[in-house]
Amino acid sequence: MNYVLFLPELLVAGLGLLLLVVHLLWRTQDGSRSFGYFTAAGLAAIALYAYFNLGVNQTTLEGTWVSDPLAAFFKLLFLLAGILVALSSISYLRVIKEYFTEYLMLVVFATLSMMLVVSAGDLISLYIGLEFMAICFCVLTCYLKTSPKSPEAALKYIVINAFSSAVLLYGFSLLFGLTGSVSITGITQALTASDPQPAVYLALVLVLAGFSFKTSLVPFHMWTPDVYEGAPTPITNFFAIGSKAAGFGLMIRVFLTVFSATAGTLVLLLAVLSFLTFTIGNLVALPQTNIKRFLAYASIGSAGYIIMGLVAGGRTGVEAILFYLMINVFSTFGAFGVASVFGSTVGTDEIADYAGLSKRSPFLALVMLLSTLSLAGVPGLAGFVAKFYVFLALVHKGFAWLALVGVVISIVSVFYFLRLAKVMYVYEASEKEPVRVDASMQLALAASMVVTVVFGVYPTPLVNLVGQVAQAFLP
Amino acid sequence: MIQYAWLIPLLPLAAFAVIIFFTGRNRLLSAGVAIAAMVLSTMISTGILLEYLANPIPVEYALKWIDITNLTVEMGVLIDGISVMMLFVVTFIATLIFIYSLGYMHDDPGFSRFFAYLSLFTFAMLGLVLANDFLQMFVFWELVGLASYLLIGFWFAKPAAAQAATRAFVVTRFGDFFLLLAILTLFAIFGTFNFDELAEGIAGYSNAAVLTVVAILVFLGPVGKSAQFPMHVWLPDAMEGPTPVSALIHAATMVAAGVYLVARTYFLFAASPVGLEVVAYIGGFTLVFASTIAFTQFDIKKILAYSTISQLGYMFLGLGVGGFTAGTFHLMTHAFFKALLFLGSGSVIIGLHHKQDIREMGGLYKKMPITTITFLVGALAIAGIYPLSGFWSKDAILAATLESGHVVLYGTAVIGAFMTAFYMFRLFFIAFMGEPRSEAHETSPSMTVPLVILGLFSIFVGLVGSPLVHDGFGHFIFYGEPVAEHLDPGIALTSNLVALMGIAAAWLIYGVKVLSLEPFARTFQAIYNLVLNKYYFDEIYAFLGNRVVEGISSAFHWHDKYIVDGVVHGVANLTNWTGAKLRFHETGLLQTYALVILSSVAVLVLLLAVLNPPLVLKLGGAL
Repeated sequence: MNYVLFLPELLVAGLGLLLLVVHLLWRTQDGSRSFGYFTAAGLAAIALYAYFNLGVNQTTLEGTWVSDPLAAFFKLLFLLAGILVALSSISYLRVIKEYFTEYLMLVVFATLSMMLVVSAGDLISLYIGLEFMAICFCVLTCYLKTSPKSPEAALKYIVINAFSSAVLLYGFSLLFGLTGSVSITGITQALTASDPQPAVYLALVLVLAGFSFKTSLVPFHMWTPDVYEGAPTPITNFFAIGSKAAGFGLMIRVFLTVFSATAGTLVLLLAVLSFLTFTIGNLVALPQTNIKRFLAYASIGSAGYIIMGLVAGGRTGVEAILFYLMINVFSTFGAFGVASVFGSTVGTDEIADYAGLSKRSPFLALVMLLSTLSLAGVPGLAGFVAKFYVFLALVHKGFAWLALVGVVISIVSVFYFLRLAKVMYVYEASEKEPVRVDASMQLALAASMVVTVVFGVYPTPLVNLVGQVAQAFLP
Repeated sequence: MIQYAWLIPLLPLAAFAVIIFFTGRNRLLSAGVAIAAMVLSTMISTGILLEYLANPIPVEYALKWIDITNLTVEMGVLIDGISVMMLFVVTFIATLIFIYSLGYMHDDPGFSRFFAYLSLFTFAMLGLVLANDFLQMFVFWELVGLASYLLIGFWFAKPAAAQAATRAFVVTRFGDFFLLLAILTLFAIFGTFNFDELAEGIAGYSNAAVLTVVAILVFLGPVGKSAQFPMHVWLPDAMEGPTPVSALIHAATMVAAGVYLVARTYFLFAASPVGLEVVAYIGGFTLVFASTIAFTQFDIKKILAYSTISQLGYMFLGLGVGGFTAGTFHLMTHAFFKALLFLGSGSVIIGLHHKQDIREMGGLYKKMPITTITFLVGALAIAGIYPLSGFWSKDAILAATLESGHVVLYGTAVIGAFMTAFYMFRLFFIAFMGEPRSEAHETSPSMTVPLVILGLFSIFVGLVGSPLVHDGFGHFIFYGEPVAEHLDPGIALTSNLVALMGIAAAWLIYGVKVLSLEPFARTFQAIYNLVLNKYYFDEIYAFLGNRVVEGISSAFHWHDKYIVDGVVHGVANLTNWTGAKLRFHETGLLQTYALVILSSVAVLVLLLAVLNPPLVLKLGGAL
């Protein structure tokens, strides 16, 4: 057995435990800053290690543990998301006050759980990873004890999660019953050996429903606005950039292998979900007045575009998804990050209160503008390249109609994001007091905007990276 | 040095960013940053020039900018004879003009902004020169247009300047539209933007009709940018910009970009004889046409502007008759002496406290000796007097025209040589000789030193293409076979004689005034008025613009206002309404969420069954 393949996970687990131990030895009431930076630095070191081991392609534990470039890419993505969330939590922890090391430890463990999920080579470890992830996120969601919305959101999340898990497990059990195997390669071999039986289609729908819950595809999205609104904003961010990416990672891993025999049906179902998701997400974002709910719907909308990569399928489709997800980490982080600072310093999440933000904090207004324009897909920013990539993949597979509808609907997102820009830049502020931004948050926001702009102007390095990953996954 | 070529455009870009973001408040620091960047770029360009002269092998390197399935776009650098020559000319002249601007713009409140825009322009121009790829060239082609717009309208508070800027932008954009069409057509046929790959593709492509259409579309871009007939109208108006801008952008570099583009894509024109003929005839016609207008103008800068149009015509004529080397050679020499003439006129304008009408000048040689002598050098060079630089390049074009058998065009070019000498010395005798009509003073060294340097170059730079040097210009810049330097005594004698006749005529009429054009102008009043009013092109375009375009556009306006806007508002209202209704599907109740999930699963299963009926039966059996 090759223990080196677990090294990133072992290091992340070690980091989480170390946080608890250090806090026991050094009891401080005001250590959120040093602990936060420590967490971010630790994750960054592991991310560096993960980056240099992107090329590893091995399995161990009799195929239950897969270390391939696809898993490594997602691990890198989760670690980057973890770093950004840890940095953005530093200023937010002043609102939470108590148990900040436990909070950071949960962020680290949530990162770990997502890393486990994408490396799972069989259905059982995959399911365990998913439940581990749900528990971490659930606890983090109810961390804001002062707000009644936070425990409500956590309760909703755990119940609906249990519900969708049941659906997913039913699908898994059908697969096991049909093939007698729980390993992904085993099931794939058994299912592609003969014409698919009808029960495979049933399993497909059930598994699709389970994964669609994680990725908030319409109509499995209804928990999303409630949970995104109720959770502490850095955790909302983690949902949008980490948890969602984990769901897409699973979809790539399972749909393109296990269900390759039923690809035609799968593509049809995904196209329907894609259409529903970007349409409903973008349209319902329009009347929202709360920034977190607004961004939640916008994020649902963008999931509808990401899933187009799977509709297209093939190597280009996978490349497009990976590219989109990586850009999503930085652009979405920017938008929710500003909401996090604004919410914790000014104490409101209403869009109307963002009036005149450009005067109160030009930095925050600029970050919000850049990240939302990137999410809307305005050229010159990375989000445009991501959308373009997905549409390109789609058109090449003959789904020009879906791409066309997607482009038309994305105009709605340009509209509501520009309306937000108008509120920030044109409207007069009712209060003149500047909004202070913590140094850690400045660092995280500035870094993510640099990435958004640089990959918007010069996307080739990331394109090459996702190209290699996709090639290793679909040789 | 060649590996640092990409730095040449980036340095001015950095200067632009630094001035805009940091040093805008500090005038001298801004100018210092801009000049320092330009000097560095010039040094690199010179290094590359020397390296290339020692070892003339083209080099190309590129960065994959976008590389997605079926779409590869590069950002690269192409170093060959013509780009090396342009790099040197642009950076060298730009440096001198930057220094000159220290004096010229000294009292202007927009001093820092001026240097920022100039830096932006040189960045774009150098990027255009270095481009190895048609798309990249187009991006920079548009960027020089933008910088030109910003600089023509630099004094935007003056309505004429703002109008001229808009006009220049719109007219050149009109040509650019066709250029873009050509680029996309080439991409559709050959699947690449890269010049070398396009050249290979075209070499193996046999449909001459398509190539001709594409070549003419490509040429329409330069017709706009290089102000050739019938899109010449914007260049004289562009003289509303500060004079250093006229010298740099509207004489030496940007307007020459059109010639450069034709030279760069010469493989396309060489494959289309008809395309080449079009280039030659447009050039030949423009060179005479613009010269006649220059006869009647009194604004010193407008005379020079029409002269620029006419000289660009010479370059296109050279390229069009197959004289690749001759056309590019004239591009180089013209850059020096026309920059000299414009800067000289700028010196006059400053010396006379912003007077531009040559009738208010006169006798400047006494008060402004340096300006007068350098201006005279420039005038002799552009007139093509032996052995100044203009002589060698104009002679090369005349020789190429005659060799290719275009006798009519040769005659046109010779007549053009007479006219050039005549209008330049008309200007010289009226403005610099005779009795003073205004107060004047010589300008500061920051302005006169660039004049002297450019003057020296205007005298000597032509020698690189003369038989005096072995393996000269034609050995480094050629299409197909290297061109040996030679001098045809017959042609040289003719052109010099004709030019001297032009000077003599100007002297008789405007110098000693023994002859007068008055009776002629009175007899042929109609023709004189026609030329004086620039053949009424402004009025024709104004009519087209006002009546025809406005008529069409008011129809479109009605359509936009009532149909498009109606639809847009309708769609927007519908979208908002749908969103507002749809939000109520979100009840906040757990049981609803669970119900939706389960029923969605059921609906999806049913959907599959409906789409695939045999499945229903089998599904029943399997469960």
